Amino acid sequence: MELRFDQPVHQSLFQPTFNLELCDGCGECALQCTFNEIKIEQRGDRKIPTANRRACGACHRCEVTCPRHAIYIEEKPLALRKHGVWKANDVKRVHQQAGSGAVNLTGFGSDSELPVYWDRLVFNACQVTNPAIDPQREPMETITTLGRKARSKQEFQPGKNRSKLIRLNMPVVFAPMSYGSISLNLQKALARVASEKGLLWYSGEGGLHEELYPFSDHAVLQVASGRFGISPQYLQKALAYQIKIGQGAKPGIGGHLPGEKVLPGISETRMIPEGSDAISPAPQHDIYSIEDLRLLIYAIKEASDYKPLCVKIAAVHNAPAIASGIVRAGADMIYIDGYRGGSGATPSIVRDNVGIPVELALAAIDQRLRSEGIRNQASIICAGGFRSSADIMKAIALGADAVAIGTAALIACGCHGCQRCHSGKCPWGITTNDPEISKRLDPEWAYIRIKNLVEGWHHEIKELMGLNGIYDIASFRGNRLILRGVGLSEKELSILGISHAGE
Amino acid sequence: MCGIAGLISTKKIPENGARIKKGIQLMNDRGNGLGAGYAVYGIYPEYKDFYALHIMGSTKAAMEEARGFIARHFEIAFESEIPVWNKKIKDHPFFNVFFAMPRPSLEERLPGEETDSDYVVSKCMQLNKTVSGAYVCSSGMNMGVFKGVGTPLDIYDFFRLDEYSGYSWLAHNRFPTNTPGWWGGAHPFNMLEWSIVHNGEISSYGINRRYLESFGYFCQLQTDSEAVAYLIDLLIRRHGLSITEATTVLAPPYWSTIDRIADQEEQEALMFLRTTYEQAMLNGPFAILTAFKGGMFSLTDNTKLRPMTAASHNGYTYYASEISSLYEMEDNIKDVIMPRAGQPIITRFETETACA
Repeated sequence: MELRFDQPVHQSLFQPTFNLELCDGCGECALQCTFNEIKIEQRGDRKIPTANRRACGACHRCEVTCPRHAIYIEEKPLALRKHGVWKANDVKRVHQQAGSGAVNLTGFGSDSELPVYWDRLVFNACQVTNPAIDPQREPMETITTLGRKARSKQEFQPGKNRSKLIRLNMPVVFAPMSYGSISLNLQKALARVASEKGLLWYSGEGGLHEELYPFSDHAVLQVASGRFGISPQYLQKALAYQIKIGQGAKPGIGGHLPGEKVLPGISETRMIPEGSDAISPAPQHDIYSIEDLRLLIYAIKEASDYKPLCVKIAAVHNAPAIASGIVRAGADMIYIDGYRGGSGATPSIVRDNVGIPVELALAAIDQRLRSEGIRNQASIICAGGFRSSADIMKAIALGADAVAIGTAALIACGCHGCQRCHSGKCPWGITTNDPEISKRLDPEWAYIRIKNLVEGWHHEIKELMGLNGIYDIASFRGNRLILRGVGLSEKELSILGISHAGE
Repeated sequence: MCGIAGLISTKKIPENGARIKKGIQLMNDRGNGLGAGYAVYGIYPEYKDFYALHIMGSTKAAMEEARGFIARHFEIAFESEIPVWNKKIKDHPFFNVFFAMPRPSLEERLPGEETDSDYVVSKCMQLNKTVSGAYVCSSGMNMGVFKGVGTPLDIYDFFRLDEYSGYSWLAHNRFPTNTPGWWGGAHPFNMLEWSIVHNGEISSYGINRRYLESFGYFCQLQTDSEAVAYLIDLLIRRHGLSITEATTVLAPPYWSTIDRIADQEEQEALMFLRTTYEQAMLNGPFAILTAFKGGMFSLTDNTKLRPMTAASHNGYTYYASEISSLYEMEDNIKDVIMPRAGQPIITRFETETACA
């Protein structure tokens, strides 16, 4: 007999618990669980559900759909003796790895205990000398333009300026999530909201499915290291293009769509065989230097009739210098992604230890581009674990032109953060394209949920502007006097370019 | 809350400060004695082609250091202490005026200092930054800024403005709120020919200041209004915007208004200004009065949360926060102009050819 003492393989951390007084044995829970955690057993004249305790990941699908409200999920970790260094996660990781001999994979953004600077920043508000503005009664504008802007009026060329900039109704875009990593239904819902609300949606590295063609005028299509789904037509359709160099949750490593998720539609859109792993290499193999990046930027611009071009990088130590190089290489937008940004599948050792907090990277990049006098040449889009409109506006005040939201949109559509996106069995139909499971996500419902979230945040964004006496988001952007830090060191404050509360 | 008054003779008939003093004094309730100031144009006809650098030094030593700095970088035609009457205000900084011309030939100048004006801006910034305790109050030709901590009457008497003769006057009565009341923080703020007085608070100051830094302007005077003087210099002198274009940048039409404009060319031009200069836009309540060598113009914010009125009479235009102040300066005014939100009122000297 193999000796196994570790929890994760044989025993899941969670377990559905059934209230048998309420349960009528309808069996819905067993149907809903895509991980086969729940079985229905015949006991006497009664059918009752039982839990395997093998696979429950706390997705709450059974609990939420149970018509009798007879289920709740319990946390069932081994009661480890408390230790300041060897915490439960550390023990678990060693157990798991000693069992598998492999790299531990995880999904979602980093949950490490490194500081979330958004939580240490607070806003100012008008009192007496400066009237706050009531967004219910006064005009309040959040229109944001992205792309390469002029430095002075001397660059004005009548008739030629109109089409160059991308105009958003609010400083929000949907982060790149590929068709394959998420379901087509969800991508369609995101694209619909983006089109209707005047935002952008990023395709991720999954090509562009035919059903999304109607929304391509709000799309930023990606060219990543795997070059999946790229065709001459692809390079003509979008509003803008994005070269992906790095991703916050896994800087320096490539992407991986497991073969289980490469189903017929995906295979066709990505132009790869069904069931084959879609592996994107770590670097783009035609970009080994900044001058190579410049070549690719201009190659895509040539192919796309000079649509705006965005370069996505992860927040790493040298991000400001890299960003400066990217702008000088011809990019019109820089997309900076932090480690709290979601991922379908990433080694936890990378996710939790590589890269710098995106708040610091953003502040440093904005300041660097300003000092070099090239801030006008590119817009900055900041991404990586934005949870609320307050996080968004803190990033705007630090200097971001717009903010990308990904995880928040998934949560809006029912995601409970069980972090098994890579399995292809997402019980909420969000990160799967299995025809049976993905139909659980009603595209109409998803569209309404995401639309509601965006509208709610839009109201809150206007509130935050109004209470600071600002009617136009351009005066909020990069306006670091609006922010104060609480409990931050001199060094952190100086990098963020803000004062401490009380100063 | 602050009070603003302005007076300009379009025929350039000089007068002393008696009338502007009356105008600003009437609005004593708009200040609290922690700041007042005046800008006067046409006061140095004998040195009209030299930059008249009004320097404030908190100590004699700071003034000496400033003199050294100026002598290194400029040819000084004449210098003198600015005459003051310090019987009432006893604790005050020192004020000197230097009539100066840039010294180095073009080859020796740093990048961004190619024109004389750019050179003066650059050196003023450098002086404010590096000479501790010394600040440039004004740097234009044939004009000067006189300002400090006190009531409008205190400052008027202190600088003996009865004895000056100018054809264009600005006055300010300060009620400092978010920033300290100190001599350098009093209005007007000046850069080269541009002097501004401001009533309000600029919520966009944080980004306006950072925007200016990328063009070599550094705000050192702890007051948001300072940024406006530099913005106007940047927009009009360096980037060549007309006055109306500059005021469109500072108080732009709403996007919803721009979207309704039928004329495509006009719409495109407005969008260009809006996107190119979005960091120069002023948010928050403001009324600003700007004097320059070609005239004077006022501007209010987009929702007109601060007052501004004006009236023309007999070759003069008067500006003030309150209508009563207009009548205090000229009793025979017939029609008072009350500008709409964001609408500038521009007055030019008759002898000047239109530059906007």
